[in-house]
Amino acid sequence: MDWQALSLSLKLAAATALLLLPFSIWLARRLAWAQFRGQGALEAAIMLPLVLPPTVLGYYLLLGFGGASPLGLAYQALTGRSLVFSFDGLLLASLIFNLPFAVQPMQRAFASIPRELREAAWVSGLSRWQTFLRIELPLAWPGIAAALVLTFTHTLGEFGVVLMVGGNMPGETKTVAIAIYDQVQAFNDSAAAGMSAMLLAFSFVAVMFVYRLGRPGVRR
Amino acid sequence: MKLEARLEQVAPIPLAADISCDGGELLALVGPSGSGKSTILRCLAGLHRPTSGYVRCGGETWFDATGAVDMPPQRRRVGFVFQHYALFPHMSALDNVMVALGHLPVAEREAKAREWLARVNLEGLFARRPGELSGGQQQRVALARALAREPQALLLDEPFSAVDQVTRRKLLRQLIQLRRSLDIPIILVTHDLEEASLLADRMTVLHHGRTLQSAAPAALLAQPASALVARLTDQPNLFVGKVLRHLPEFDATEIDWQGQPLQAPHMPVFAVGAAVCWVVPAEGVILLREDQQGRENTVQARVAESLAWRGHASITALVGGRRGAALSFATGASVAARRGVIPGASVSLQLQKTAIRLLPPDPTVIEQLRLLSELPS
Repeated sequence: MDWQALSLSLKLAAATALLLLPFSIWLARRLAWAQFRGQGALEAAIMLPLVLPPTVLGYYLLLGFGGASPLGLAYQALTGRSLVFSFDGLLLASLIFNLPFAVQPMQRAFASIPRELREAAWVSGLSRWQTFLRIELPLAWPGIAAALVLTFTHTLGEFGVVLMVGGNMPGETKTVAIAIYDQVQAFNDSAAAGMSAMLLAFSFVAVMFVYRLGRPGVRR
Repeated sequence: MKLEARLEQVAPIPLAADISCDGGELLALVGPSGSGKSTILRCLAGLHRPTSGYVRCGGETWFDATGAVDMPPQRRRVGFVFQHYALFPHMSALDNVMVALGHLPVAEREAKAREWLARVNLEGLFARRPGELSGGQQQRVALARALAREPQALLLDEPFSAVDQVTRRKLLRQLIQLRRSLDIPIILVTHDLEEASLLADRMTVLHHGRTLQSAAPAALLAQPASALVARLTDQPNLFVGKVLRHLPEFDATEIDWQGQPLQAPHMPVFAVGAAVCWVVPAEGVILLREDQQGRENTVQARVAESLAWRGHASITALVGGRRGAALSFATGASVAARRGVIPGASVSLQLQKTAIRLLPPDPTVIEQLRLLSELPS
């Protein structure tokens, strides 16, 4: 078992989920309730990581983060390091390829809250913030929790984008999925089997949890 | 405390509405669906912003398009009962009411919420969530929540439309009792005229966002300002006639209806020879006995339909066999049975002169009646 790779994966997954949480809630609420120009294009763009081959997505991220790109240059100027093949670059890529997993369930959850309910909160005297905290969040939380679990699990398992953007640097960008690939390449079957079984079990439990959340009759 | 508003907009629903409701008064907004009733309530509550106009309540300006005042709903202090109640599904009945008690110190809220729920007869159901309450109980929680805010105006958006008849009667009775203790303006949106007549001190008829007429329910039904109001308030006896002559000495205007002269109260504004719409409430149509023949405005008609329900019979009779000349009236079911008022029977009816009201001709009404009269009866 490659503990270093596992802990890096957990760190990446946790950071992705936590950083995406506020942004996705904001975006999901907007998409669920507001109507604006270019909404369809934005929704399509958010869904792209689901359908694009990870290598294609990784390729474009590599271009976007590279030393010749404005983002890569800015990062280099600020930190003196390169954005590609670093944990920061990997985290940024992870935030992007997880967008559909984070936004979709939340958007559905917020869309299912009738507008009347928020209006009832306003006419009852609750401010927009109080309405968000006391009415919207409790009602949308199964969707939000599902989004967090999906994002976390999906980050643990992502391979293609990680390989393209992060490479394979122990302690920096070598996640558990890459480590499994390495072990298989090295004919170290028992190590690959252990880590694979662990990811399988974890993912299964996570997906089951998400389904439980989505089932009606669960007391909220 | 008085609520006054002028609301105007072109889209999404056209509005040109004047609303006025005194403290302690219950105003019913009636009109067909899509007439802008709910939008008006939403404008008053601050949930929708009209293009121009104003909303004032108790000397305070809530909205003024010219002065650029637009108070958010949180500051307007209205109690709002939504059509489907909009209770917070994740909270108990008690918590739902407590949400609206933000103006009280935290320590006092729970006791006050219990008090409000008790006032709407929901003791013992404090801990239930909306999903565990019946429709009528949910409506009462919604009413308690609306009143708990100690609002300056109470707005009710079709509050009885989502419950069954029996529950509706109970809730109506409760609201009638409850409103005696309220001295704020109450505005009720409904498409049910019976409900409006039962509850309201005044009724405002709306059509395409325009307020057509405001009056006490009885006055509005007896004296509609136009054929359109008569049609929107479901007046069954709305017809077209022609002015024959004015008889000021008898305080009468004589019109021709289906070749039959009828006397109406004197209305010199309508020129002789001009077409007029006229209306007579069902109460103004009297079933005559044999010995009562020869009274003024007597017509012969053939009974087309007689529906008896709880001791009352609603009868439709055709004059001259024409569908466009169908008179509706009501009588006791036993009277109808005794006099043999059954489909096919011939009856003499008196149209009471004082109950008849002449109205400016309305092209839509004329067209509808023309189409009806062309149909075979």
